[in-house]
Amino acid sequence: MINFIPELEARGNPSTTMNFLVPVIAVTLTILTGSVIFAMMGFDPLYALHTFFISPISTSYGISELLVKATPLALIAVGLAFCFKNNLYNIGAEGQLTMGAVFGGGIGLLFYDTSGFWILPLMIIGGAIGGALWGLIPAVLKVRFNTNEILTSLMLVYIALLILDYLVVGPWKDPQGYSFPKTRKFGDSGRMPLLFSGLRVHFGIIITLIGVFASWFIFSKTMLGYQLKVSGYSPIASRYAGFNQNYLIYTAFIFSGAFAGIAGLGEVSGPIGLLYRDISPNYGFTSIIVAFLGRLHPIGIIFASLVIALTYLGAEDAQLFMQIPAAVGFVFQGLVLFYLLGTELLVNFKIVFRKNI
Amino acid sequence: MDNLILKIDNISKSFPRVKANKNVTFNIKRNTVHALLGENGAGKSTFVKILYGLLKPDEGKIFFNDNVLNVQSPSEARQKKIGMVFQHFSLFDSLTVRENLILGIDTNMSFSNLQKKVNEISDKYQLPLDLDAPINTLSAGQKQRVEIVRILLQDPELLIMDEPTSVLTPQEVESLFKTLNTLLKEGRTILYITHKLEEVINLCDEVTILRDGSVIESSKLENETAESLATKMLGKKLSEIKTDYSHISNLISLKAENLSLNFNDPFFTDLKNISFSVKEGEIFGIAGVAGNGQSELMSLLTGEGIRGVTGSLIYNSVDIKNFNPKKRRDMSIAFVPENRLGHSAVPELTLSENILISQFPNNNFTNNGIINHSNIDTQAKKVIDQFNVVTPGIDAKASSLSGGNLQKFVIGREILTKPKLLIISHPTWGIDAGAEHAIRKSLIELAKNGTSIIVISQDLDELFEISHSISVIFNGQLSKSYETKNISVSEIGLLMGGKGID
Repeated sequence: MINFIPELEARGNPSTTMNFLVPVIAVTLTILTGSVIFAMMGFDPLYALHTFFISPISTSYGISELLVKATPLALIAVGLAFCFKNNLYNIGAEGQLTMGAVFGGGIGLLFYDTSGFWILPLMIIGGAIGGALWGLIPAVLKVRFNTNEILTSLMLVYIALLILDYLVVGPWKDPQGYSFPKTRKFGDSGRMPLLFSGLRVHFGIIITLIGVFASWFIFSKTMLGYQLKVSGYSPIASRYAGFNQNYLIYTAFIFSGAFAGIAGLGEVSGPIGLLYRDISPNYGFTSIIVAFLGRLHPIGIIFASLVIALTYLGAEDAQLFMQIPAAVGFVFQGLVLFYLLGTELLVNFKIVFRKNI
Repeated sequence: MDNLILKIDNISKSFPRVKANKNVTFNIKRNTVHALLGENGAGKSTFVKILYGLLKPDEGKIFFNDNVLNVQSPSEARQKKIGMVFQHFSLFDSLTVRENLILGIDTNMSFSNLQKKVNEISDKYQLPLDLDAPINTLSAGQKQRVEIVRILLQDPELLIMDEPTSVLTPQEVESLFKTLNTLLKEGRTILYITHKLEEVINLCDEVTILRDGSVIESSKLENETAESLATKMLGKKLSEIKTDYSHISNLISLKAENLSLNFNDPFFTDLKNISFSVKEGEIFGIAGVAGNGQSELMSLLTGEGIRGVTGSLIYNSVDIKNFNPKKRRDMSIAFVPENRLGHSAVPELTLSENILISQFPNNNFTNNGIINHSNIDTQAKKVIDQFNVVTPGIDAKASSLSGGNLQKFVIGREILTKPKLLIISHPTWGIDAGAEHAIRKSLIELAKNGTSIIVISQDLDELFEISHSISVIFNGQLSKSYETKNISVSEIGLLMGGKGID
């Protein structure tokens, strides 16, 4: 009997063009697979794809909504890039986002009946600190006890969500809220200014762009970015260079957490305006896909955040007009990640079939 | 029939960036020791991997006992009675000798039967083995013995030995040669792969010389001398390295006293009371068989592995034993560890970016944490020019360079920092003769300008060529140091085997 066993063999010199095209190929394959899924569900694939990807952004309101969704996704993803470049798998951005919203939102609640230009900046700083502190927990645990940051950062997500839960049903509950699990609204000084009247796109997008630019600068121009990169590629070389590994772990998690925290604050002080249970439709987790789809590069992350934001909007429209469950949006996100990882693997490796003897 | 056991006909093999074997054609006579001589990178390993079924040739045929040899795997090769002892031992460190032997044979055999056969072989070839010893407690020579016994269990007609002496002491080499002679008397054939000329002269009957993947010559050894072989192997004559130590000052640059480090880990060698001193301008060599504490000592000297160290390491009248690599670099100490890829250079980064790995005092590479890319590029160009690094340019990834070129780049990078003390481990490991020569010359040049150099190496020829004084590390202990001109290779050999170190 002859068996053929597939094996992976490293390509000596992976093509740079292909490497660059990885996200494009992944998105194309996702759309193709999506049409097959729509066809199997009995929909005209072209109509479904149009509903999913074109119609949501065919109005200025739609584009504004796309930017509203992309704002937190891009900011969290560039933050995550600090960790991922250093081979630290922080998957707890959702928790860091939540704690940012709690800290920053707490300040907003404190000054709900005060007005002043200083309130929003204070809330943003509060959000950054909240996220950074929550991000520091897995970092400290890793440095001190060599725990796995994947597990600890993930578990901390649920703790953060429960803390938020406790606050909105307990001490921070809106006194006039008929016992709904939500806080009172922030004052006007605690809200992100809107950029255009009638549209929800808000000042948070400016913060995101500043964050993206700052990360690009750090990654490509500074010693810190270089150290993160070296330590991610080869911890041994990093030790040889005399870089302080622990400092790099702390720094990466602080940036990651602070960016997620600001994104969380941006949500509650932007479109939402108060604190309640479901402040984030898994932005913290989805941003992991955004970060990888953008190849951990700030500019790439901007494009990736727009693509992934579209899957959120498309899912809503598909539910509305075609009665498809909104969960199909997560299917698309999953497909993108799957094809992304697959394409990347095949660019760097080729499959060879070896005869089994 | 003739008395050829192996006929190699036009074997060629290419890899993505190199043609490793070009129309390799030669014959091996039955019951001889046939040397395959060549520099690192000449294509020896590729050829034996093809012979042993690990690689498939692009073209050509091999005839074994007049039949076409077409093996797909090492186990098939072993069935056809071809055995091979690899340069890097393929033993399971955490298992015992017995378990390794059982795992290595392809047929089923009971433990008692195995015991009997092993005893026979041990007696016959004088290869004593303790079957219950875990592999990680054995010396390199003992590990090699396990490999040889494992191959002899299969009763091979043709035995391939790949650089067998590279990790042995001179005394162990002698006993290996005795074993090989016994094997020869029984009518077996040995293909002996090496780059050491003396071994070819002492042991072999015929020699095939490979250079750049092609056979340069295949002939009897009678008319050859070490010099004639060297010229053919290298393709050119290298100027002799002259060492003169009149420049050495009496000032001590680095003084180690009773450095000790316990790991409590069977995979590490504890360092015990290491003391030595290096003068300004001196090259101090540390010899020893691999695995006697060299890498532990190296990371202690570079500051990469210092947790729990006791004793003192005085440099510029400061005890630096607890300093990290960055702090040591700030004091003009430079290091070149043994491994290039992933240790002294990051393979995924460009040469330019790799310059930044080692930041020496007063470099102008960064300004308040902001990288000055043009200064780094200039420095990278300087290293490439001055040390003849063969590369498309400063934007080439470190992984795209050959071992020798990357080593030249790394050593050049460190030398250009104008260190006062350079600590270097296995400077010419796994690189071609041209690069080796260039590196040794640049080290001597550096010492002449007053830099103290510590060289840890297994290559005795290298240490005798460049170092002014020499010590031997054995089982985590360092012998006293001898002036190189006052000690012989065989005396050093005894120390490497642990005789004479208290």
